Order: sequence, then structure tokens, then C-alpha cells
Amino acid sequence: MTLFWLLAVGLVITSLLTVTARRPVYSVVYLIANFVLLAITYVTLSAEFLGVIQVIVYASAILMLFLFVMALLSTSTAPFSVGPDRLPGIVGPAVALVAVIFGLLVYGVTRTPLLIVPRAQPVSAAPGTANAFGSTSDFGAALMTTHLLPFEVTAFVLMVAVIGVVMLASDAAPQATRHHARRRGPRTREPITRERPALEKGSVR
Amino acid sequence: MTPVASVALVNYIGLSALIFLIGVAGVLTRRNPLIMLMAIELMWNAANLAMLAFARAWLNNAGQVFAFLVITVAAAEAAIALAIVLITFRRTKNVDVDEIASLSG
Repeated sequence: MTLFWLLAVGLVITSLLTVTARRPVYSVVYLIANFVLLAITYVTLSAEFLGVIQVIVYASAILMLFLFVMALLSTSTAPFSVGPDRLPGIVGPAVALVAVIFGLLVYGVTRTPLLIVPRAQPVSAAPGTANAFGSTSDFGAALMTTHLLPFEVTAFVLMVAVIGVVMLASDAAPQATRHHARRRGPRTREPITRERPALEKGSVR
Repeated sequence: MTPVASVALVNYIGLSALIFLIGVAGVLTRRNPLIMLMAIELMWNAANLAMLAFARAWLNNAGQVFAFLVITVAAAEAAIALAIVLITFRRTKNVDVDEIASLSG
């Protein structure tokens, strides 16, 4: 019980700091702390495999991706120092909208029958016990037998994401000029906003 | 041994709703697309917390499997969104989401 409230306070504080941090790098650091606390919360919910995944995938992989993108963005210019970060009159409407959503959430939560758990179902096993509920073997068995189709759909989603990222980030030239651009030998990195009139005529070199 | 047994499900759902609302407020008020993406990640994780709490309360593995699916989709979303942010910055030298309005007609 004490652990839950400590985790809850830590989660809310790090979430607020993530949203209100002035620089995005600080925001990433607070978000890493938030995700580690959330991983601990997952373990207390006897979802130990997802706790590990939360640390490995979220706090490591995704947030390192954020950091790398920030490093790439801030090499040439200072893009985040342009103008105020917040719209002047957005705080009032945003707070109002958040209050409305909070009211709807409270309305829904207090009326859902799912919250009325039929009986107290304690998990007797300690975290790490094999074949208990939420253990890695239990989760893996459920993932590979009962819920095999979502697992395969996950693989498909990842493949689509890989193809999308490669198409977006590798070659920014449109499809028609890519053939000519490849003929010019080593590709020169140039801003993609610039027109390429020499390539329109089909003139080689 | 399991500290969760004494915590009611409503506490977890309330915590999840609070984190989700902080994420909504972040998306609404910030103009930096990276911080907006991080607020969206907060919202993903709030939904994950709610699903894991329900899975624990009902002793049903489906919530955990769906949380796994959500983590995967969030990874894919982060990769694609960051690629879009990079391309947009390369194209316009600007990452202010209010300045990028070429799709608004």
C-alpha cells in the first residue's frame, strides 16, 4: 500500500515535469524516470515480463531514439529557441478541456461493472515464480497459444514501420527523380526543398 | 509478498486517468513536436497501466497481451513520427507545429 502511493506520487510528479520541462532533453530524462517507476508498478501488478520490456524497449530504445533525433536536430541551428513554447491563450481552454475529460473519466469509471471484482483474488506466489499468474512462462504461453494472432499482427506492424521509416528517412527524393539521382554516383546530401532543374530535362551530368 | 493485494483497483485506474490527463494537457499546450510525442507516450503508458491493473484484478492474461501489443505499436509510432519530424525539420528548418501548416489548405 505504501509502495503504491510512493509510486503514484513519483509517477505524477515525473509526468508533470515531463510535460512542463523547458528543454526537450530534460523532458526525456524525466520520462525515463517515469518509465522506470512505471516498470516497478507493473511488477507490483504481477506483470513482470512487461516490466522488463518497459525498461528495455521504452526507457532504453524509444527514449534513446528521441535523444538521437534531438542531437540530429540541434546540430545545425537552434530550432527550439524560436518564439515562445506555448501559445499565449491556450492554458485556459486546455485546462477546461482536461477538466471535462476528467469528469467524463470519473463518470465512466464509477459506472463500469468491471471495477467490481467478484472476489479478492490474491496471487500467492512471489514475483519470479514460474507458472504463477503474470510470470514470464505464463505470459509466454498465453502469447504463443491463445493470443497468437495479435502476436503475428505485431510482427506485421513492425514490418510496416520499418518500411515506412526507410522510405521516409533514407531517400527524400520523389520517385520520378530517384532513378536519375542514383546514376550520378555518390549521392550528395542537399536540402530537399531545393528544386532540381537539371534533372528535369534528363540531362546527365 | 505481493504488495498489490491490498490496493484497490480504483486506485490504479485513478492513477492511470491522472497520467493520461497530464499527457492530454501536454499535447494541448506544448508546441515542440518532440515534447508532444513524449506526452503521447505518457498517454500510451497510462492506458497500459489501466489494462495491466484490470488484468491483475481479473487474473486474465488478455490485458497483458494487449499491453504488449500497445508497446509494439508505440515503438513503431515513435520511429515513424520521429522520422517525420526529422524530414519536416530538414524541409522547413523549423519544428514549430504552428508554423507547419502546409497541409491545412
